[in-house]
Amino acid sequence: MKFGVVVFPGSNCDHDAYHAAREVLGQQAEYLWHKDTSLEGADVVILPGGFAHGDYLRTGAIARFSPIMPAIRDFARGGGPVLGICNGFQVLLEAGLLPGAMLRNRDLKFHCEHVHVCVEQTDTPFTHAAKKGQRLRIPIAHGEGNYYAEPSVIAELEASRRVIFRYCDERGEVTAAANPNGSVANIAGICNEARNVVGLMPHPERACEASLGSADGLVLFESVVSALALQAAGRERAPARRGVSA
Amino acid sequence: MKARVFVTLKKSVFDPQGKTIADALHSMGYGGIGDVRQGKFFELELDAASADQAKTLAAEVADKVLANPVIESYRVEIE
Repeated sequence: MKFGVVVFPGSNCDHDAYHAAREVLGQQAEYLWHKDTSLEGADVVILPGGFAHGDYLRTGAIARFSPIMPAIRDFARGGGPVLGICNGFQVLLEAGLLPGAMLRNRDLKFHCEHVHVCVEQTDTPFTHAAKKGQRLRIPIAHGEGNYYAEPSVIAELEASRRVIFRYCDERGEVTAAANPNGSVANIAGICNEARNVVGLMPHPERACEASLGSADGLVLFESVVSALALQAAGRERAPARRGVSA
Repeated sequence: MKARVFVTLKKSVFDPQGKTIADALHSMGYGGIGDVRQGKFFELELDAASADQAKTLAAEVADKVLANPVIESYRVEIE
């Protein structure tokens, strides 16, 4: 399986994602420059953390117009798994691949710390190997992670079970005190309607080895590997079936 | 022709920077100042035949790029 890690000018977690895919999981991985127009046969696309284009104008506002974005949009439309981490999540929001927007953190501080998040839903390619309610200890590092969407959009996300991660305390309780940035309903990550595009502010790629203080983030990468293996097995059993994205 | 575009957070969206500035002004003794909202200001040099055309063009780029309609609104002035 091949991971494609998109590199924007200012990305700084691209190497971490590449390392997690290649060294920790033993999968193939390739960097995809933002000016490229092909995903080079990637089976899963990761938009990494960082400060694409210096976060000028708004986070992700310039990156969404990158030449590689139409290919990512097509890939997502075809059902391909796409994960946006931190700045990558912000790019997906600006690109309209996920709903909502990011505001400055409620306290205006840049938060760089380990937090806990609860896995709310396991029917996405990035959480399917996790347990519902599983608590993950993974780091955040952002100044603009205060997730906002209109109340009607939040209601729709909740009704369609599209809130995938929520900030919680170490006991797994979703409390106001456990919310590091002011996000509506403690939202740390969401998915699209088809559930194949997931964005989250915390950094699972920085928590894939015990030597980094936590290996809790690994489950997202393991999930997509096993989800794609299952999909491939399904294709072999039913070779005539069409419409399944490679 | 020149267009000025003012982008601000929508009224329904909390503005932590504006709130911090308002709090600072209040602590300085400016009791007559209420709410403060922070925004962005853009000056665009436009090649347009008329003020209407300039306004349409400025609004188009404000919609597409300068403002995020989820959280922000904007106002255009032509000079």
